[in-house]
Amino acid sequence: MALLILLGFSGQGALGASPRPGVPDLGAIGTRLADPATQKEAILALQEIADPSVEGLLRALKDGALYTWKGRVAILGDAGTLNDIHGAPLLDPQGQPASPADGQEAIALEEEHFGLVQRLLERLEIFSSNPVARKSAAFKLGSSRDLTTLPVLEKARNRETNREVRPVIEEALAKLKLLAPDPATRAAAALSLGQLKSEAALPQLRSLLSRETDDRVKQALTGAVQHIESFLRIRNVVAELFSGVSLGAVLLIMSLGLAVTFGLMGIINMAHGEMLMLGSYTAYVVQNLFASHLVVYQDYYFFLALPLSFAVAGLVGFLLEIGIIRFLYGRPLETLILTWGIGMILQQSARLVFGDQTSVNSPTWFRGGLEAVPGLIFPWSRIFIVALALASLLALWMLLHRSSVGVRVRAVMQNRGMASCLGVSTRRIDALTFALGTALAGVAGCALALIGTVDPEVGKTYIVDSFMVVVLGGVGNLLGAVVASFGIGLGNKILEPLIGGTAGAIYAKVAILLVVIWFLQWKPTGLFPAKGRASDTQ
Amino acid sequence: MSKSKPRADVLSPSRRSFLKASALGIAGAGLAGNLSFPAILRAQEKGPIKVGVLHSLSGTMAISEAPIKEVVLMAIGEINAAGGVLGRTVEPIVEDPASNWDLFAEKSKKLLLQDKVAAVFGCWTSVSRKSVLPVFEKNNGLLFYPVQYEGEECSKNVIYTGATINQQATPGVDYLMSPEGGNKKRFYLLGSDYVYPRTTNKILRLYLTKVKKVPESDIAEEYTPFHHQDYQTIVGKVKSFSAAGDAAVINTINGDSNVPFFKELANQGVTADRTPTMSYSFAEVELQTLDVKPLVGHLASWNYFMSLKTPENLKWVKAYKVWAKNHNIPDKQAVTDDPMMHAYLHVHLWAKAVKKAESAEVEPVLKALEGLDIPSPVGKYKVDEKNHHTWKPVYIGKIREDGQFDVVWKTKAWVAPEPWSKVTYANRACDWSKGGKGTYDLVGGKRVWLSDKQS
Repeated sequence: MALLILLGFSGQGALGASPRPGVPDLGAIGTRLADPATQKEAILALQEIADPSVEGLLRALKDGALYTWKGRVAILGDAGTLNDIHGAPLLDPQGQPASPADGQEAIALEEEHFGLVQRLLERLEIFSSNPVARKSAAFKLGSSRDLTTLPVLEKARNRETNREVRPVIEEALAKLKLLAPDPATRAAAALSLGQLKSEAALPQLRSLLSRETDDRVKQALTGAVQHIESFLRIRNVVAELFSGVSLGAVLLIMSLGLAVTFGLMGIINMAHGEMLMLGSYTAYVVQNLFASHLVVYQDYYFFLALPLSFAVAGLVGFLLEIGIIRFLYGRPLETLILTWGIGMILQQSARLVFGDQTSVNSPTWFRGGLEAVPGLIFPWSRIFIVALALASLLALWMLLHRSSVGVRVRAVMQNRGMASCLGVSTRRIDALTFALGTALAGVAGCALALIGTVDPEVGKTYIVDSFMVVVLGGVGNLLGAVVASFGIGLGNKILEPLIGGTAGAIYAKVAILLVVIWFLQWKPTGLFPAKGRASDTQ
Repeated sequence: MSKSKPRADVLSPSRRSFLKASALGIAGAGLAGNLSFPAILRAQEKGPIKVGVLHSLSGTMAISEAPIKEVVLMAIGEINAAGGVLGRTVEPIVEDPASNWDLFAEKSKKLLLQDKVAAVFGCWTSVSRKSVLPVFEKNNGLLFYPVQYEGEECSKNVIYTGATINQQATPGVDYLMSPEGGNKKRFYLLGSDYVYPRTTNKILRLYLTKVKKVPESDIAEEYTPFHHQDYQTIVGKVKSFSAAGDAAVINTINGDSNVPFFKELANQGVTADRTPTMSYSFAEVELQTLDVKPLVGHLASWNYFMSLKTPENLKWVKAYKVWAKNHNIPDKQAVTDDPMMHAYLHVHLWAKAVKKAESAEVEPVLKALEGLDIPSPVGKYKVDEKNHHTWKPVYIGKIREDGQFDVVWKTKAWVAPEPWSKVTYANRACDWSKGGKGTYDLVGGKRVWLSDKQS
């Protein structure tokens, strides 16, 4: 019994020891391959077999590694010795591994059959051990309009166990069967494409619909097209919503730090973008350290990079505050110019240290995404950023509103004199709050390196959007920043396809800026203005 | 005055001070890109022949242009090591226009008028070239421009060594439509919003519809601003557009935006085997800065690839590696690419022309350049007899894991330069050889010069 299973199993794999029903004798075909007169016939016979076991034979023929040895064909292995067509080493009478005789030439593949062999090999890709290659091969075969590939595909479907690859093979089969002469097969194929919600088959279904004469098939085609179209409508709406939320999260995480430094403290920090840049470069440095010292754990560098970027950017912010910014409180213009200068110094330092050629590679488990329904993929990196943005927001809110430090921070920001009288060290609170803001920016920079660029000028791409979010949200209010970033994100992503044309992305941005300007005319203090006695008296 | 008093003014802003502060913030952010420093002035002196090197060494274009400066200096070094030209050494004057278009014009004015350079090797983006063009034409300077561009220009004072549209963009489309390229029938033209992508796509659209008979409905076109970061919507559209597997993307996005674009493509499962992207504006140098994994299998069309196995190329790549090592460029970044090859060659072309003309003056050098050829990593490299552009082969490369290209296709013969694409201007060409006055239209077999029309 065990032997039987073993035999059956090896038949499924690449090697079959002896001719069994369904798998003709490859040895016999191999001998015919050796003769130029029967070569084509033999190749066509191999095509009929549609089994992965013929791949080795074909590849050897193409690469010039096929030899005749004692009246049978043999394949030259990498070691320079001959193996039989199933890969087992051939031994000469002395028991030594056999090698081709001196001066013996490989079996030549006739020039005119080269294309045929190449095509067959491409077809056999569907039996590859790599699921991505199988998917790609299935798709290619499905679009080939070549009905002779049907048996290969059917065989591949029957042995396919991967849940991602199987529907692709089903789809390819159905697409080919749409071309079948038998109306019943065509109708069944249309039905199954409808069930698979195949976006790829939609153009073909539509064009068939205009030509089809058989009523039953026509009905099936119409049904399939409608089914797929309504699925696509819903799917696209969900995709737009997700991209809006994701853009909103990007904006939120970008501007959280600024909501603290500018929103809460009132410091116009033009170096905010560079604080993000510090985070991105921290990720870059950690990644390189792992690549050179801890290759095995390379995929986990991000876990270290994230807290480290918080610490690095926070430390720089702390030093900035106690070294420079604290002497400029109450002088917004000077603060603006000074922080701008600091930003430029940081930019040029980054260029000097790192150059312009840097990139942060996502860890392998951040590549790709979650395929919720066919064709709708939520990239892991974006899901992560949404989660991180919400987590940072929650942590910041807890810190400000549910901890004793938070009470002090708010007290100092609302009424410095009173807080000072009550024994709060305002200097220390200032420095720590500013450092917190820049540290948050560092975390954002680290996360955004997953989806964007890392270069010395990257701060510039962030700073305008960050200020826009904080100003629109209303200074000093976290809720404002949340509403503003998701509002801008969703608005942008709804407008972009609506505007359409060749410059949707550009005009969507312009439109958002116009809306923000108009809104600030109407409500100059933003969505959620800071309230309180102190703000009223000024 | 105590510190706490004025502080309160910022902390609890009134309407006015708040508005002022936020306006300042936003205005400041917008300004950040445009700061410039006055050029260091140099005095004119006799002796060496001065040439200008005008490539951005800072700002967004530095990533692409800085290596160009390196090979230009390397070529000048080689010329000097071989005894210079006409018994004089060549002295490079390096200016950094900092990716700022206005600064390009200022610096070129300085190079021409103050330093009195014999030639300038410079510019990358079309905007920068357009902004220096009037300076060179007014002062009769000589500019060597190494980058592929959109054409529709043929200045007396510029030698264009990079590809014209028919030497890069249209062969790329030809390849995609061939059986080797996957018989693509639908095209998504995606680019940054400026002159090169817009003109390229205008010509490509005409080429596709008129020559290749692709229906308008099978062509999509889209532009994004510089530094655009969020490609979610566009990739979504590309995905729907290419669902049937018969579409390709033609990418003319410039600079850093390629990173988020390709990351998004890969994350959303748009793969090269089904929907290949043919890129015209990034080569080996830019690839070194990207996370290459998501790009593997995508395509690019150029006149040169570092992976070419010609003996001249192997020699040149080796020489550049040595140069890079001596100039503290990390080995990983010491790659060569298409614009670098053009830039390296046109310095040697200039030197050869100066020797031939026995003068470094602009007019005789231009005359000597007509039809001049020079050995190169891609074979014999030739300046056209008439139109100030060059002849070259076109290669299609597939991106490998190591950031290099596998050459998968090559034009059979060398492609003649067409500054005015035959698709848009059937009867327009350019001639600066003896008696020529630049661009002309062929009307009823007669040449009508554009310059005559304008004056």
